[in-house]
Amino acid sequence: MNNLQLNAEGRLKHFITIEGLSRELLTEILDTAESFVGITDQQIKKVPLLRGKTIVNLFFENSTRTRTTFELAAKRLSADVLSMSISTSSTSKGESLLDTIRNLEAMFVDMFVVRHGISGAAHFIASHTAPHISVINAGDGQHAHPTQAMLDMFTIRQIKKSFIGLRVAIIGDILHSRVARSEIQALNILGVEEVRVIAPKTLLPAHVHTLGVSVCHDLTEGLKDIDVIIMLRLQKERMTSALLPSESEYFKCFGLTEKKLKIAKPDAIVMHPGPINRGVEIESQVADGKQSVILKQVSNGIAVRMAIMSMAMQPMSQ
Amino acid sequence: MNKILIKNGRIIDPANAIDQLGMIAVAEGKIFAVIDIPADFTPDYVLDATAQVVCPGFIDLSTRLREPGQSRKATIKSEVSAAASAGVTSLCVHPDTKPVIDTAAVAELIKELANKAGYPQIYPIAALTQKLEGAELSSMLALKQAGCIAVGNGNQAIKNLLILRRAMEYAASHDLLLMFRPNDYWLGNSGCAHEGVVATRYGLPSIPDAAETIALDQCLELAELTGCRVHFGQLSCKRSVIKVHQALKYGLNISADVAIHQLHLTENDMLPFDSAYHVLPPLRTELDKQYLRQGLAGGSIACICSDHQPHDIDAKLGAFPETEPGVSSLETLLPLMLKLVTEHAITLEQGIAALSCNPAKTLGLASGTLTSGRSADICIFNPHLPWQVNAENWLSNGLNTPFWGQTFTGRVTHTLQAGQCIYTLAD
Repeated sequence: MNNLQLNAEGRLKHFITIEGLSRELLTEILDTAESFVGITDQQIKKVPLLRGKTIVNLFFENSTRTRTTFELAAKRLSADVLSMSISTSSTSKGESLLDTIRNLEAMFVDMFVVRHGISGAAHFIASHTAPHISVINAGDGQHAHPTQAMLDMFTIRQIKKSFIGLRVAIIGDILHSRVARSEIQALNILGVEEVRVIAPKTLLPAHVHTLGVSVCHDLTEGLKDIDVIIMLRLQKERMTSALLPSESEYFKCFGLTEKKLKIAKPDAIVMHPGPINRGVEIESQVADGKQSVILKQVSNGIAVRMAIMSMAMQPMSQ
Repeated sequence: MNKILIKNGRIIDPANAIDQLGMIAVAEGKIFAVIDIPADFTPDYVLDATAQVVCPGFIDLSTRLREPGQSRKATIKSEVSAAASAGVTSLCVHPDTKPVIDTAAVAELIKELANKAGYPQIYPIAALTQKLEGAELSSMLALKQAGCIAVGNGNQAIKNLLILRRAMEYAASHDLLLMFRPNDYWLGNSGCAHEGVVATRYGLPSIPDAAETIALDQCLELAELTGCRVHFGQLSCKRSVIKVHQALKYGLNISADVAIHQLHLTENDMLPFDSAYHVLPPLRTELDKQYLRQGLAGGSIACICSDHQPHDIDAKLGAFPETEPGVSSLETLLPLMLKLVTEHAITLEQGIAALSCNPAKTLGLASGTLTSGRSADICIFNPHLPWQVNAENWLSNGLNTPFWGQTFTGRVTHTLQAGQCIYTLAD
């Protein structure tokens, strides 16, 4: 995994997963993102770093936020961007994933940003695409969503200044969450004190403790001493597949309310990768409350994605 | 060459407890004499097996040759040449061909293609239920008469236990062996990797070992209820080994095998998302592997199979969960068995028994031994010959092996099937 993402000099070539990356590299991503934050406030919101480069957003799964922020990030780096939603076009005609990639390669693309519903899809594309092309994983199945994790790290660092000593709780559907997997890896690499996952057993992978987390099945218990709360989205189909009895029971046990938020540290921040289900995993008062940084996450998404895209293209653009 | 004399070889015949240097005389397709060769035996051909092992030809309980229906993956012709080069002289093929082996016509077609390919000893396993759908019984008697050696469920789980019970009762009525891969449909949950550390890390849909052990338990109960003989195929985990051991001790008429790769690979060997490691049942833990090895050494798991599943390149080209499971494994069967011996997991005699007389006993075949009067199915191999798994040395149409590029020790030099030399290693 390591070798696939990094070139011979140890620089970022693809960005598929957080796993195997060093603290230095993650910090460099955050620092680079920092330098891009200012651009958004300028009159002309563009830098010419990726001028003349062609980036294709390949979304095999629906997404609004992620696709839009990737698109904006690429445009602010002056790249030419093409966004494709493929869920219903080629693949339903029996065209294989690799055929789709090969066809786009033939159009002189420099970077693919890929979202796919199957774990390992981005890794597969990165292993089989032409050597000059970089692949950025915008979420693959239940495996990884490394840019989301990095923008969350950026947001945490922005507010908490450092990762040292932080206790972070990730609450909800860890089992199906690529965001959770990438965040757990990033938080551990960046050296937080504790990553705590809080969920019923049905929403936790069987060997979740091997990811480097402590496990708790009770939100009231689990929120003690927490600096950062990351809520995960609960998909409706979890109810029909017998993972949970009902939305209301879930909210009762694991929904974040103002009352429960008080259990965490007074300066705790509340995060959510979106889109939020108000009244299912989080109460509106909390989502819109003063401890919530959910919208900050979204704006930071652009700078962090600019950083990752420019770093991955760096060896080629020099 | 009607009469062949194989001399100077180390004869290992576990069924007769023979392990000594000596000669074997073959005449008219049968073993004529072993060690004590009559002075008047005049061979047409002498085969010098100096520094080599001469043992019964291997009997593989679990293969897929892809014909009929999937000849873009492999053909009977291509795969029997791979089998011959691996010292395998008898092959059982699973019923999940297209169409399924649920009519005499399909079984006969396979036998015919096998004969045409010059490898008559192919034994189709009939589908236990029509189209392997787990709903209606197949015409087991007609299938038996058409040459099917057993009935089986392929890779399909039988969801309805009442149907499984009835199918087992019916199979028992015709004295048919059930070859069963235990696999609970619901617990399997369309997974593609072991529910362990690796699947957790990579977010892969996973299969707990309970998907196997629960189905195994149910089938053991039904074996007692129905009196059906059952052979459990491709066991993959610790608790399966324990359960089979207990059932044997209890006296049930059952047997079991393990796929050769399960004795060597675990989830930790999987390279990230490398589809060559996508197998069903999935690669499990080091502890499971150790138990499988112990089960083999202790005799609870009597047989080793290749679980050969050749694929075309496209079948393995995709994101891991979307690729097709299975390893092309005939040609690495012997070297991987020998590796178990060098790693002191089993003795050479046990390894050969697990590939010859034990599967013969399971299937009720007279072969699997070098007893005079029996069919001359013989494998001669050089246990010290190194070779690399590469395109030059590979005969199967399926290149899907996690061992590609590796160098192994031990290679078949000659294979005789019913006295016919079906493979000779080129110098």
